[in-house]
Amino acid sequence: MRYLPHTEADRRAMLATIGARDVDCLFQDVPAAARLDQPIDLPAGQSEMAVERVFTRMAGKNLSAGCAPFFIGAGLYRHHVPAAVDQLLTRGEFLTSYTPYQPEVSQGTLQYLFEFQTQVAMITGMEVANASMYDGATACAEAAVMAARVTRKKKIVLSGNLHPHYVQTTETVTKHQGLEIEALAPDPFGFEDLMGRVDSRTACLIVQNPGFFGGIRDLTQLADACHEVGALLVVAVAEPVSLGLITPPGAMGADIVVAEGQSLGMGLQFGGPGLGLFATREKYVRQMPGRLCGQTVDQDGKRGFVLTLSTREQHIRREKATSNICTNSGLCALAFTMHLTLLGETGLTRLAKLNHAQAVRLEQSLRRVPGAKVISQTYFNEFALYLGDDVDAAEVVEKLAAKGILGGVAASRFYPHWPELRPILLLAATETNSQDDMAALVSALNEGL
Amino acid sequence: MTEITTISGNRGLMLEEPLIFEQGCPGRIGVDIADPGPVDEDRLGGLARQGAIGLPDLSEPQMVRHYTRLSQKNYGIDSGFYPLGSCTMKHNPRLSEKMARIPGLTDLHPFQPQSTVQGALEVIDLLAHWLKGLAGMPALAMSPAAGAHGEWCGLMAIRAYHDDHGDSRRTRVLVPESAHGTNPATAAMCGYSVDPVPANERGRVDVAALKAKLGPDVACIMVTNPNTCGLFEDEILEIARITHDAGAFFYCDGANYNAIVGRVKVADLGIDAMHINLHKTFSTPHGGGGPGAGPTVLSAKLAPYAPLPFVVHGTDGLELVEHAEQAPGAKPFGRVKGYHGQFGVFVRALAYILSMGADGLRQTSSDAVLNANYLLASLKDVLSASFDGPCMHECLFDDRFLKDSGVTTLDFAKMLIDEGFHPMTMYFPLVVHGALLMEPTESEAKETLDGFIAVIRALAAKAKNSEAEAFKAAPRLTPRRRLDETLAARQPILRWKHGANAEG
Amino acid sequence: MSMYFTKDHEWIKVDGDTGVVGITAYAQHALGDIVYVEVPESGRELRLGGDAAVVESVKAASEVYSPVSGTVTAGNAVLADQPALVNESPEDQAWFFKLTLSNPTELEGLMDRAAYDEYVAGLE
Repeated sequence: MRYLPHTEADRRAMLATIGARDVDCLFQDVPAAARLDQPIDLPAGQSEMAVERVFTRMAGKNLSAGCAPFFIGAGLYRHHVPAAVDQLLTRGEFLTSYTPYQPEVSQGTLQYLFEFQTQVAMITGMEVANASMYDGATACAEAAVMAARVTRKKKIVLSGNLHPHYVQTTETVTKHQGLEIEALAPDPFGFEDLMGRVDSRTACLIVQNPGFFGGIRDLTQLADACHEVGALLVVAVAEPVSLGLITPPGAMGADIVVAEGQSLGMGLQFGGPGLGLFATREKYVRQMPGRLCGQTVDQDGKRGFVLTLSTREQHIRREKATSNICTNSGLCALAFTMHLTLLGETGLTRLAKLNHAQAVRLEQSLRRVPGAKVISQTYFNEFALYLGDDVDAAEVVEKLAAKGILGGVAASRFYPHWPELRPILLLAATETNSQDDMAALVSALNEGL
Repeated sequence: MTEITTISGNRGLMLEEPLIFEQGCPGRIGVDIADPGPVDEDRLGGLARQGAIGLPDLSEPQMVRHYTRLSQKNYGIDSGFYPLGSCTMKHNPRLSEKMARIPGLTDLHPFQPQSTVQGALEVIDLLAHWLKGLAGMPALAMSPAAGAHGEWCGLMAIRAYHDDHGDSRRTRVLVPESAHGTNPATAAMCGYSVDPVPANERGRVDVAALKAKLGPDVACIMVTNPNTCGLFEDEILEIARITHDAGAFFYCDGANYNAIVGRVKVADLGIDAMHINLHKTFSTPHGGGGPGAGPTVLSAKLAPYAPLPFVVHGTDGLELVEHAEQAPGAKPFGRVKGYHGQFGVFVRALAYILSMGADGLRQTSSDAVLNANYLLASLKDVLSASFDGPCMHECLFDDRFLKDSGVTTLDFAKMLIDEGFHPMTMYFPLVVHGALLMEPTESEAKETLDGFIAVIRALAAKAKNSEAEAFKAAPRLTPRRRLDETLAARQPILRWKHGANAEG
Repeated sequence: MSMYFTKDHEWIKVDGDTGVVGITAYAQHALGDIVYVEVPESGRELRLGGDAAVVESVKAASEVYSPVSGTVTAGNAVLADQPALVNESPEDQAWFFKLTLSNPTELEGLMDRAAYDEYVAGLE
């Protein structure tokens, strides 16, 4: 077997050193009733070529995003990832290293985490960021728990514009932690009154910006309202590219910002792994979940980096830890920071402008579809399209797919119990869309409706 | 060697590298982006960003050099022997990386119509089939993102079962003292109190003590098997029996499943739920801290409570169930994360599994255990083994061999770095003093182990030969020497700020 | 003023119904370099043996328990910026909090200096 170096002679020599007759003797502590004498009844190992064939066959059953006019977003966005990112990501010293608990042999990982934390803090407009969580949804849930810890209050209010997966994950995580979740109804038109939902029992209000249905909100007054009653404002960002163009949550008074970092560096990967970004104010840093990298000096006085403030974490604090998270999304954080380094200030700003311009162009093209109307008053690169009172967006999506077009997501996929949302289609445009893609979508919609 | 100084601060192949924030120049760019063109009227609602973000601008060659140089300051499995106990640093096959980059598997959106992602659902289903088959368990939850996340998933399913059966008295979880910190942290997240169970003198769960603590208020036990001392819980069937007799569940922390995969079915041990770290047992890269994946196998009793989403076989092919009402009989406890699980990790793990097959996996655990016992046998006369063998996939020593030498476990580990090895796990598990936990994995050839053994033996002799000063000064040949963690924690600097992070 | 000690290595100096609480020289030595201290705010009600403060080194976090019941009148704000003071002056300048004792008879359950020294000697 190509991954196993031992020859039979090696094994015999080693057994002799150990003083064991055979390998089975080494498993003597396994109860006899549970010991298997034969391999489990599953297929035997295969060569590289044979395994490649299996995956190529499975890949062939998929319609990949790059092979179709593609307008799906809903929390994950298709962007061009520069070639250098993936090339460098596969360097073995990054790919095959462990969590940097031994700083002397991990300065590479630690330095990029320090740079990553700085970039995340900068784009969100916050003071500090951690070294990553699993994804945006779990980061959101962790923010709710942290807010309750900071404020010693129990009520968590979730905006109707928060991604439904973030809502569901937060509900699940908080289920047995003595918290009270108030999840507001889905809000495609941006009508919800959040000011009236915050009171003296509120630990935090969680809103998404841009919202799940596209809308961009000025959160300044909401932040003030939260702070007046001692609550925190948590802002979720599902599309970090938007931060190149719109006012960051930190500048609007957010206390915690969580985000999905997938947009930069990673590609779609069928939704996983993601990259949870988590940023907050310096004063709350000891209540924060997840690993943190900090600057220090070595024995010779040279600048270096270490994991720090670890007493918050499970391996030290155990049941009193701020979270049970251990493995995070280290390599995804590297992909994110590499992509953002290539973009820089100039590139992120330009990419964000291009994304917005593409979405505006898409909206303009859709004016040629009779009966359809963009209902998001404001948006970044994704909006909600109302297809007409009797139209089922889910059916439209299927018809588009039959024509080889991946034309957005029906809101009903997330909200099956809300019939009034059936005509709503979420459409995203990024720099990856061509004019031809948009024309194909418009013409297919005209034929299908 | 350390006294050699250079003008640049570089030392041959060891190159100093500033932060990206210290090398940007406004106006450079590393990605060419099309001109956005004119937009008649933006839709930003007056919320366009005011002021600069502060990000540095670099070109592609600068960026490539930056990360190449950073990578050279890291030690990976690709670099050398990485016997980090409890972490399973085995070879990461490159075929897995290649498969994960096939456009038809990576360039897929989780919300595409299901008819367009049948191959992706097949990847999930095929991996699930293998994991269930290897474990002998009837069900599993695929979506947990890591081991700790899988633990939580398992405990949430257990809690959902008890709640569903009107059994709200169960508020305690029994956890051995040698457990990973994630176990008690997870139990607390599920609203349970944690009650520690002592170990016996053989490094295993003290069954009598466990029995005394079991009762109608215990929701489950969380036991790592093989345990964190690298030992198989030889009384595991009795542990399962008394746990079930008390109406509690047996959660197994599967972090060490790599020791027994292919040789023992989890179901035959009386386990009700166990997470499988794909980044350990099935060799997906650790990536400097993640991502991982922690699919969690479940017994028939717990199966209905598995979280959303999951894949089922439907009439028109595979179906992804995203809402409970789509699957009659399902009582999912909720959703554990966004989307459908760590798909990119699934592809890599499945490539490894198909490469190894049932026969190869059995050989894998056999070789892993062989290697650990070889280390134990070759070192127990110079180090102090905490428990008699045979061990499983890792061997545990404590610091008795360093008594009166003035050398600590930490010093000993740092000395290994200068010798070109990654240190073993130190000071874990907590049940022995000054622990040194070594996990060689099946990836290492005999000659690698022999080289390591020779170095350890020589270092042990050095330590006993009152050369403590040399140990205290180690490592001396790394890009940075020992770092001041106290300073980092007392005055946290968690980000770069203009003018505040001067190179020391 | 009398000084008492707990088995968890807190000390309390008592004058009338006023107490000052900190951790012992033995405790700071066992923890190593102290990097962070969290003290209770004024007005907080503490009960005998309940969580009162937190003291952390790089690799360990310890709860500080209140040796007696009472109401906090002051936390030592200096420790937030100078946690190292706990290492330098554990039984004097690095006091954690002051409180008004609600039940001075609880002092009877504590050790005096001689008994504590003997207790510590037994731990080594």
